[in-house]
Amino acid sequence: MIQTPHVDWFAISTILVLLGASFVALLGAVLVPRPARRPFAAGVSALGFVGGIVTSVWLYVDSANGHLVIANAFARDRWTMLAQVVICGTGLAATLVGAEQIARPRDDHIAEFFSLLLACAAGMVFFVGAANLMVMFLSLEWFSIALYVMCAIDYDVEGPLEAGLKYLVVGSFGSAALLFGSALVYGATNHIDFAGIRANGSSNDLLLVLGLAMIIAGLGFKSSSAPFHMWTPDVYEGAPTTVTAFMSAATKVAAFVLAFRILRTAFPQDEHLWSWAFAGIAVASLAIGNLAALVQRNVKRMLAYSSISHAGFLLIGLSAGSSLGGRALMYYLIVYSAMAFGSFAVVAARERELGVPVTLDNLAGFGWERPFLGVAMWFFLFGFAGLPLGGGFVAKFYVFSAAYDHGWAWLVIVGVVATLVSLYYYLAVVRAMYMRPSEELRVAAVTGGSPPREPLLHVAVGLALAVSVGSLFAVGPLIDLAKHAASALPF
Amino acid sequence: MTVGALTSVLVWLPIGAALVVWVLPLSRYATGALALLVSLAEVGIWIEQAARFDFSRSGLQFAQRGGWIKDLHVSYHVGEYAFSLWFVGLGVVCMAACIGYGFWVGRDRSRAYFGLMLFLTGAIVGVFVAQDLLLFYAFFEAMLIPLYVLVGVWGGPARLGATIKFVIYTMAGSLFMLAALIAYGLHVGTFDLVDGPTNASRWIFLGFMLAFAIKSPLFPFHGWLPDAYREAPPEVAAALSGVVAKAGLYGMLRIAIPKFPDPASYYRTLFLALAALALVYGSILAFRSPDLRGVVAYSSFAQSGLIALGLFSGTRLGFDGAVLQIVAHGFISTALFLLSGTVERRTTTDQFALLGGMARGRPAIATLLMTTGIISLAVPGSAAFAGEFLILAGAFQRAWWWAAIGAGAIVLAAMYMLRAISAVLHQARGSTVADEALDLRAGELALIVPLVAVLLVLSAWPAGISGHTGPTPTTVRSAP
Repeated sequence: MIQTPHVDWFAISTILVLLGASFVALLGAVLVPRPARRPFAAGVSALGFVGGIVTSVWLYVDSANGHLVIANAFARDRWTMLAQVVICGTGLAATLVGAEQIARPRDDHIAEFFSLLLACAAGMVFFVGAANLMVMFLSLEWFSIALYVMCAIDYDVEGPLEAGLKYLVVGSFGSAALLFGSALVYGATNHIDFAGIRANGSSNDLLLVLGLAMIIAGLGFKSSSAPFHMWTPDVYEGAPTTVTAFMSAATKVAAFVLAFRILRTAFPQDEHLWSWAFAGIAVASLAIGNLAALVQRNVKRMLAYSSISHAGFLLIGLSAGSSLGGRALMYYLIVYSAMAFGSFAVVAARERELGVPVTLDNLAGFGWERPFLGVAMWFFLFGFAGLPLGGGFVAKFYVFSAAYDHGWAWLVIVGVVATLVSLYYYLAVVRAMYMRPSEELRVAAVTGGSPPREPLLHVAVGLALAVSVGSLFAVGPLIDLAKHAASALPF
Repeated sequence: MTVGALTSVLVWLPIGAALVVWVLPLSRYATGALALLVSLAEVGIWIEQAARFDFSRSGLQFAQRGGWIKDLHVSYHVGEYAFSLWFVGLGVVCMAACIGYGFWVGRDRSRAYFGLMLFLTGAIVGVFVAQDLLLFYAFFEAMLIPLYVLVGVWGGPARLGATIKFVIYTMAGSLFMLAALIAYGLHVGTFDLVDGPTNASRWIFLGFMLAFAIKSPLFPFHGWLPDAYREAPPEVAAALSGVVAKAGLYGMLRIAIPKFPDPASYYRTLFLALAALALVYGSILAFRSPDLRGVVAYSSFAQSGLIALGLFSGTRLGFDGAVLQIVAHGFISTALFLLSGTVERRTTTDQFALLGGMARGRPAIATLLMTTGIISLAVPGSAAFAGEFLILAGAFQRAWWWAAIGAGAIVLAAMYMLRAISAVLHQARGSTVADEALDLRAGELALIVPLVAVLLVLSAWPAGISGHTGPTPTTVRSAP
């Protein structure tokens, strides 16, 4: 007779809520008549994410003493729960944008899309709480598969299909690396739970170090850090922009939050190795992301490279490995997810308006035509560049502080130089939106009447704007949240 | 409401008004009127502060402090020293004139324009009153954002190249300042400018100085200056050279020199040399410049060098002179750029080859340009003379040759300024100067006359500022 472990159902309630909503949305795909499918599925999705936010917040409040539940497989602590709130928030925004932007001639797969979105988020919120290698791998595959399908949701259009396939192939490679690394770690320590690995690992064990390296590589794929970034520009460019927005924000949160957890709980004895490894990856990401972004004309592709460069900034916080680094990482993720989501959502609006991929050229005059979206984009881009128009500025300040505190002034200098380079391409977008001479503006004028109203997209962009600007003024409270979250991890 | 809240009001009122202007669908007239009203209210609040200021005390006044990032000991801390009071005054008065000018010429896309001008006003005041390093940095960077758009949207034909150069140059400096301030703040355990102790790290000092030397600018960091000043709309160029560039000098005066006394004295010769180079080289460039704006732009560059000479002389006289000269030159530069704007509106150009003979039949423009120019070339009795005299006296206490270089440059100043005045006002009538071109209108007079009046007051009573600068950098350092 197999002994079933005690299950703390409340600890996984966010996952259950999202999965339940996913199930209902999928039922809607079959049972709800076609005209009502879009509002039904979007409504279920929105409710699911709101429910997820509620349970995560509740659990955050209720989990002051973090502990492991369900046979030590899942971490019920504030680090998990704060990340869950961010992921659910991103999912809610993706629902708002997707409800208008996932355009299908006959709404064939609209309910399936929302079902997948919910399932994907459920996988992510499970992933961030993983406390052993098995749960980590399973939930990674869970949300990755959902993402592969979402990328290719427009399967009769070439671009999305190609994106989905590329992501599948390269993502599987990353997953395989992660799995192989996990197997090596298990072989070295005879444990799959993070605490057991820490107790039995020794930093002189070559097998363990090799396993750690492969796990880092696997997580590097998910967080799109160089040199594991090859898929990012193609997939971000090809996927429907709503999916890109969700992916760029939520996947990064999931990957970085888990990476910090596994490094702190399973491999603290190897800190001297992984902090250098991540510092190296950070430098590579900053270099490749920023330099490649300079020459892009396609805005989605440029933002994809910018997301690689932001992986570099996040890795600066990660590589510091300290409590300050954890706070910096969490704060950066909150702000970054809002800015990344918002910027892609604005691109989605322009893309729908024009019907062609958005480039720096056809963005001309966008800022004057649609003032709210233009100003929002302005805030996101300046925030990315670390100018004090939002929390992006404090986020950079924090990761640099963490690196300096760790004794790595050189990494601060690298980050500073990277920021300087990034200014050029962020400002190129602002320049395209506002500063082109009027004769160019006329060329780029939209044909076919006034743009669609898109109230839900405006709400989503407004939320992202509120988070990215509000986080500048509410640094104290947010950092307190992140501090409590980080205190759940051993330092 | 405590008196400290007045400082916060001074910072946040224009930023709040900017949000109002952006959000409410007001007409062009209403937007401009609101912006002008708010900028005049700023002047009023500043006068109230100046009237209440106790010059006999050396500490921080009108201070307000609140939590911002407690985790890293960063706070929202604002307040004014005696010298900050004068800089804030310079900022609010000049910005009021610039906003008024924008209203007068009727800039298109008025809501975006006036919102940005108001935002700029708030950021400028913020730089001068911030008493926390990160807060200072935030405002220092925040000035850049509206300037970037103001030049990029409303600027001249080559504005795109000018903006990108301007932004990349200034950000290069600022980002190294960010690295430096993190290093300083984490090292000493606070980011507060009042509590923060001195530090002996040369690298950190150089990080700060890079930012300030680019902003002010000093030789050889002035590459952004000619393009930005030529392409910007006149009132934005006025704000840029009259006030924003002064933030770089303020940074030296408030942060780089007092917080890093040992590195500052170690590198004194280097920075005195860079300042002297800026002074001489800027003056020569101004003399060679073919257009009015070029003369004003390069003379600002030269004046930055002169002021830095006073600051790095490390003497009380040099410090007082620098404060006076920052304020005086701020007004001179604003007035000259606005006058240049009025000339351009009448003739469509500021090239000397196409100008000339403007004085005939236009007494107001001639008088104002002549008065400002004469003050700017530091004839004895003018505000600029008092400032330059104090700076040179201070530099002389350091070593006689610095004063000799400075004195030589004043001769150059007379040469380029008289050449510019004569090329615009006198000589044969230029091909673009039509007989129909009117003299200054009432609106323009209302903007420029007060600036010149302030300069005349300062000329009559320079000790009003130079005798009321409060603590020197050394006493700022030890002040509680």
